Amino acid sequence: MTRRTTVTELDVPGRVTAKIFPHPLNAWYAVAWDHEVTAKAPTARTVAGRPLALYRTQDGRPVALDDACWHRLAPLSLGKLVGRDGIQCPYHGLQYNAAGRCTAMPAQPTVNPSALVTSHPVVERHRYVWVWPGDPLLADAATIPDMHQMDSPEWAGDGLTIEAPCNYQLILDNLMDLTHEEFVHGSSIGQAELSESEFTTRHEDDGSVTVTRWMRDVEPPPFWRKNMRDKFPGFEGRVDRWQIIHYYAPSTICIDVGVAEAGTGAPEGDRSRGVNGYVMNTITPETDTTSHYFWAFMRNYRLDSQLITTQLREGVRGVFAEDEAMLVAQQRAIDANPDKVFYSLTVDAGGMWVRRTLDRMLAAEGRALTIPASPASPATAPARATS
Amino acid sequence: MTSRTLHDARVVETTDVAVGARRVVLEPPTGARRRADPGTHLDVRVEVPGGRPEIRSYSVVDSTPDGSRLAITVLRSPTSRGGSAHVHRLRPGDVLRCTAPLQNFPVRIGAQRYLLLAGGVGITALAATARTLTRLGADVDLVYAGRSRDRMPYLQDLQAELGDRVHPAVSEEGDRLDVDALIARTAREAPGTEAYVCGPLGLLDAVTRAWRRHGLPPTALRYETFGSSGRHSAQAFRVQLPALGIETVVEPGSTVLESLQRSGADLMYDCLKGECGLCVLPVRHVDGLVDHRDVYLSEQQREAADSLCVCVSRVAAGPQGREPLLVLDLP
Repeated sequence: MTRRTTVTELDVPGRVTAKIFPHPLNAWYAVAWDHEVTAKAPTARTVAGRPLALYRTQDGRPVALDDACWHRLAPLSLGKLVGRDGIQCPYHGLQYNAAGRCTAMPAQPTVNPSALVTSHPVVERHRYVWVWPGDPLLADAATIPDMHQMDSPEWAGDGLTIEAPCNYQLILDNLMDLTHEEFVHGSSIGQAELSESEFTTRHEDDGSVTVTRWMRDVEPPPFWRKNMRDKFPGFEGRVDRWQIIHYYAPSTICIDVGVAEAGTGAPEGDRSRGVNGYVMNTITPETDTTSHYFWAFMRNYRLDSQLITTQLREGVRGVFAEDEAMLVAQQRAIDANPDKVFYSLTVDAGGMWVRRTLDRMLAAEGRALTIPASPASPATAPARATS
Repeated sequence: MTSRTLHDARVVETTDVAVGARRVVLEPPTGARRRADPGTHLDVRVEVPGGRPEIRSYSVVDSTPDGSRLAITVLRSPTSRGGSAHVHRLRPGDVLRCTAPLQNFPVRIGAQRYLLLAGGVGITALAATARTLTRLGADVDLVYAGRSRDRMPYLQDLQAELGDRVHPAVSEEGDRLDVDALIARTAREAPGTEAYVCGPLGLLDAVTRAWRRHGLPPTALRYETFGSSGRHSAQAFRVQLPALGIETVVEPGSTVLESLQRSGADLMYDCLKGECGLCVLPVRHVDGLVDHRDVYLSEQQREAADSLCVCVSRVAAGPQGREPLLVLDLP
């Protein structure tokens, strides 16, 4: 299926290749792993530029309040949890409930009814706590990305968080084009066929994007040979390898990856002679140049093996550390070259659709990016009025 | 900031949605379209007998996301001073002078549980709130009281949309709402509840009393006030501040604070809404009735009658009809 939306105006070239991409606010972002948010003490975390105090009520419901007391803006995250669903400012003891309403002002007998801090819509799903930092009245829990592999009984695995010192869009670019594996991850998952094989890119009306790449009859790289041997002890030989990248707006990417014994029908749908994993990624902008990158590797074989869960988590941690090093270096080079712009390759098709989806979300919020004049785009692009 | 500017909205549809209840769909002019959030109302100019236009407030019961169409629903009141009769006379194509949506009754996201309590046409202020909270996945119950089902606008629609979150209490069916039992159960089972009430004054009084009696936090009880303005109408009174040798008159359109400042008193204040308590001054003597218009002083402090929020509170003439006088001290 291709996008059927009527495009009334050409997208402005140059705008979607912005080096520092702003983030939509009217969107769900994963802000923490479920276990990070507790009913014992608040956690401070900045999401989409907004400092939040995260905690759970005594009955286990997660809460996300703006991390600044109504009174003199002291951070509530330094305070303590009180009562059934409250938090107390560490400075003058004002208390707030889960709705952000002040319930106690210790130095006076009454509570000013105007005393409020913003409480953001929160949903706990797929092992993450999700927050909607924008207009709460537009939030719809049904639009949280599908990451069901995270807590399905048919999948097992685990993951970690990378605090990445780069714009979130650089991570999306990284995940939407996996030809970098040959060069960045040569010792684990990289191979020359990544760049040599054909791929297809599809985009949908809801802004989601799928990039599909099959590598037929190739030598399995070390990571995949190990996985095949976990399921098929002693496996030798060539494989058909796949990478099917699913992007969900604004910043979740679930990658269906695997290999199967070559010629046993995996491209046609029979994966029984193979191993299948899902690389779960959801990237939450912290600031324009820092990101919370939550990832996990899930598999649908040998579900009961904690050994394999730990090996895969640690293996992928090593692989992603190589990405992180590249992203850090890339952000540094971007910062050091303010007068230079991004250019695109054919392998960027998926990433460019992602950028266009984000650009349209920003335009719908009235926050379309204005491109500063640069050598490659001499005319400053005007902000689009339509989405 | 909301603008109280009136514009001409076109009536595009009128429907009876319950006995005596007329739904009127309005189309504001393009320049005046504003999204109507849950809890908003329109100030509407109505003609009353005698020909003088007056302003009435009606909740926006539902609307299109861009605010191009807004529905209000008005009960034809036998005791109407003319506002509801005016709205009931409207036909498609007519024009109604009204404001863009104004917010006095915003919903807060994140409460543990929500209890929405509507009496009769009061549902108009809560229907959109109920829908929004449901979409957000909140724990919400809508208790909807009325005499009979045919006098309860939107009951069927809401039941179809929100299912068993809607709890009708229909008195003619022998199911009269027991406010005290409902609030007692709330206090017992879900004390973290935030309640939103809209309906006849009797309902609001009953809920307020039960809420206090069962020890629930006052800030968690929300109701709409279309501009709270004290128990007495504003009238001129004399104010003295002997410590600074000041005597002046507070005109109906002014405040004690403004009058004293104009006379040279350097006083502390902040919110100017009777909320923060920074402007409170000790009261030495009063001739007349103190009209506390703040929300800062506690009931005990009001009973003690020895302090006043000078930014909003006033004095009215007492039954003896003597000229009202307020004598203040400095703290």
